[in-house]
Amino acid sequence: MSGPSTYEPKTAIERWLDARLPIIRFGVDLMEFPTPKNLNYWWTFGGILAFCLGVQIVSGIVLAMHYDASGAGAFNSIQHIMRDVNYGWLVRYIHTTGASMFFVAVYIHIFRGVYYGSYKAPRELLWLIGAAIYLLMMATAFFGYVLPWGNMSFWGAKVITNIVGAVPVIGPPITTWLVGGFTVDSPTLNRFFSLHYLFPFIIAAFVALHVWALHVPGNSNPTGVDVKSKSDTVPFHPYYTVKDGFAIALFMIVFAIFVFYLPNALLDTDNNIPANPIQTPPHIVPEWYLLPYYAILRAIPDKLMGVIFLALAIGNIFALPWLDTSRVRSMRYRPQAKIYFLFLIIACLVLGYCGAHEPDEKIIPHLTTFTLIDYDVNSSCWLSRVAAVYYFLWFWLITPFLGLRETPLPAPESISTPVLSHPAAAPAGASAAPEKKG
Amino acid sequence: MAESVAGEHVEPDPSRRDFIHIAAIAAAAGGVAAIAWPFIDQMNPASDTLALSSIEYDVSKVALGQQVTVLYRKQPLFVRHRTPAEIQKAVADDHADMKDPATDESRVKPGKAEWLILIGVCTHLGCTPTFGGGDWGGWFCPCHGSQYDTSGRIRKGPAPKNLAVPDYTFETDTKIKVG
Repeated sequence: MSGPSTYEPKTAIERWLDARLPIIRFGVDLMEFPTPKNLNYWWTFGGILAFCLGVQIVSGIVLAMHYDASGAGAFNSIQHIMRDVNYGWLVRYIHTTGASMFFVAVYIHIFRGVYYGSYKAPRELLWLIGAAIYLLMMATAFFGYVLPWGNMSFWGAKVITNIVGAVPVIGPPITTWLVGGFTVDSPTLNRFFSLHYLFPFIIAAFVALHVWALHVPGNSNPTGVDVKSKSDTVPFHPYYTVKDGFAIALFMIVFAIFVFYLPNALLDTDNNIPANPIQTPPHIVPEWYLLPYYAILRAIPDKLMGVIFLALAIGNIFALPWLDTSRVRSMRYRPQAKIYFLFLIIACLVLGYCGAHEPDEKIIPHLTTFTLIDYDVNSSCWLSRVAAVYYFLWFWLITPFLGLRETPLPAPESISTPVLSHPAAAPAGASAAPEKKG
Repeated sequence: MAESVAGEHVEPDPSRRDFIHIAAIAAAAGGVAAIAWPFIDQMNPASDTLALSSIEYDVSKVALGQQVTVLYRKQPLFVRHRTPAEIQKAVADDHADMKDPATDESRVKPGKAEWLILIGVCTHLGCTPTFGGGDWGGWFCPCHGSQYDTSGRIRKGPAPKNLAVPDYTFETDTKIKVG
């Protein structure tokens, strides 16, 4: 992919193959890829995500063998999978749990990238491809959620397709085009199944681009300091195949706990009711991994503005490499940024909490304060507004200005420096002096 | 240029080559556009879906103060038999501050004010509002908290428009034809 190849074909067959299709060379180079030697466990989530994608594709292909993508048959075919198909329950629970595990891993992977500044030059495109994968994942998860054709599936599909309808003039015809009728119905289910089967392979293609883009500059690392010499790196195999493998094994334990002991913990009971086009579930919520966006949508009392801010919330992630002005990659050396980052995580969690609760639900029980605009100040709606304001401020104000104003701590001269010597005993002048920006 | 490739075939008139390029690209683009349209349009509603156009309903089946939800074009249609008090409340609010101002009279058929026929789809994101809920006693949308009055007009919440009144006529005194 990049850098000189160290592979030397040893046998006649390998030489013959290498001259025609250097696939062994490709694999060897991938395994010997020089990787920073200080990667911590937060860096194992890339491998974990590859594992998740594999699990979803394999379990999904199996489910598609037994699933009936029609308005009349879909709901019953899920029951058929759960009750009659040999190990159907296991494969389905792996697939439904796998979706949540996939998002747990991707959120950790994204926040790791934010904390360690992995999106900064020269890795902006790597970040953009990753953000595109995240967007594709959300679309795939949404299509998949509709397939059981339960009542929450149905109304979730209706609300999401109507979000597109908020765009003036072209919105409503696009919604009609997306759902293929006056409203969500059997044609919608059929096309969502087709797209749900297609998208994982598009994700896989983007993952290939993501890995390719990773292998040009190489991995970032917890210090954020560039690799300076060969002594800063170790070959990917066996060092990180083993570390990633160990992390995947731990991840699989958590995965298995959910599959075998809590398979319904993250599923909605309303989805055990067949789709009913005249009865909206009393409490409609998306899956947990979309709740923060849902809270932002609900926090804004105007349809079009709500949808615009929903789009901006996701768009911010794409724009991050250009919003951040700090030249110090890792927040390890940015004490102020660390605090704002902590609050960003809290804001996202609070938004998730608010998304799961009714807008008028009280945060402090039995306390009525006063109504501001539409809801009592002590309400899930107002809490989500506070969190949403912080979320946007972090992207639009804190991140651009903090990089210009803060005084970062001295970063080590090289990756090896903090590894070989105690930070306190670092030799004088070891600092790369990032605080003296030009 | 011609000297350096002496003895070789001399480039023909460049405008002729340009023409071939433009013609080839135009033909390819036209072909792609022509074949793309069927592949895009196939996702629009099919003929049998569009054929579900009109329904008839006998409104006398709805008791005073009640509402019946029927399926119209695969969407809920509210048929509400309003009480005089509900009508009075709706008329009294005709000039109240509203997002989508409309008089109660404009939302019913003349002389049939007790029958309110509405598409039961919240104008925010398409949920079905629940009957009788909200501060105005009309409908309350469980999804994002929009509230409609007894005329189906939006009074509070994120929905931008009133509940839609479908195209319908009274065929007899009690039978309506929708669509």
